[in-house]
Amino acid sequence: MDAELMSPQKSILILAIALSALVTGCRSPDIYYWGHYENLVYITYAKPDKATPELQVRVMEEDMHKAISANKPLPPGFRAHLGNLYYQLGKADLALQEFQKEKAQFPESAVLMDRLAGNLTKK
Amino acid sequence: MSARFLSLGLLIAALALTGCVMQKPCDYTNFLAHPPRSIVVLPPLNQSTDIKGTYGYLSTVTRPIAEMGFYVFPVAEVDQLMKENGLPTAGEMHAVSLGKIGEIIGADSVLYVTLRNYGSKYQVLSSVTTVTADAKLVDVKSGLTLWEGTATAQQSSGDSGGGVIGALVTAAVTQVVNSATDPAHDVSSLANFQLFTPKKYGLLHGCYFPKEKE
Repeated sequence: MDAELMSPQKSILILAIALSALVTGCRSPDIYYWGHYENLVYITYAKPDKATPELQVRVMEEDMHKAISANKPLPPGFRAHLGNLYYQLGKADLALQEFQKEKAQFPESAVLMDRLAGNLTKK
Repeated sequence: MSARFLSLGLLIAALALTGCVMQKPCDYTNFLAHPPRSIVVLPPLNQSTDIKGTYGYLSTVTRPIAEMGFYVFPVAEVDQLMKENGLPTAGEMHAVSLGKIGEIIGADSVLYVTLRNYGSKYQVLSSVTTVTADAKLVDVKSGLTLWEGTATAQQSSGDSGGGVIGALVTAAVTQVVNSATDPAHDVSSLANFQLFTPKKYGLLHGCYFPKEKE
């Protein structure tokens, strides 16, 4: 390739490819399908008026479908958060299901999930 | 032209190296003796002047740790549970005994984070957003420190829209989130990636880390 013929656009493109190779080199593919879980946690605090349980549940239910399509597991905490949202909407039975699924997927969560499940009937 | 490419290469290398230098490798003796399966991350102590720091940081900490193979307890639900039990601030949560955390949450280990910087400094023509986090992982049963680390991530307003930093920040801009306009939240993601994932300084792999990726 004649160096004089290389346009600025072309060098930018090459730089972009080099950068993306660098970035992907540092990061192997994720274990989990994250969807919007962490962003929802963020707006729960940053924009509590907008992050209604209804909206969050809708987004998380969509994420669950996408995780199935992507053939990836849901991340730690996802189902616990969804269960808590169901609880806030008065759907204790759905909340219990999610806490049980979190516990089944991650036995490390057993103590906390049993506690959250226990609180469903207490309140 | 070849000189230009060389300089580009050097620039890339320099960008890649910053963030990893000037730290001595971590001592993993305790970590290897008490490898945790699960980590509970308490809301960080916030030494910055920005009150948004606590939750801006807390909502970027789960992913890098979980992707290293650990169970990370749901951060918002843990925070809520603590508040319902009479602990309204991060300072009070950090003072809870390890025994109590083991009993209530069932965690193998606790991650205590202090935010030294969180926020943007505005200069004449641009702004620089900095997040600095110090983190300490403590074994619940023995009380031993399993790992300690610190990371700083910075982004200047000129970086927005690309470059290495832009590409590394994982926070997806979505309809739901784009109303939130805290640049330090994105920089938190980068700080956490630098804090937990580098070899020799970051966490070792947990039990959910795929064997084939080791």
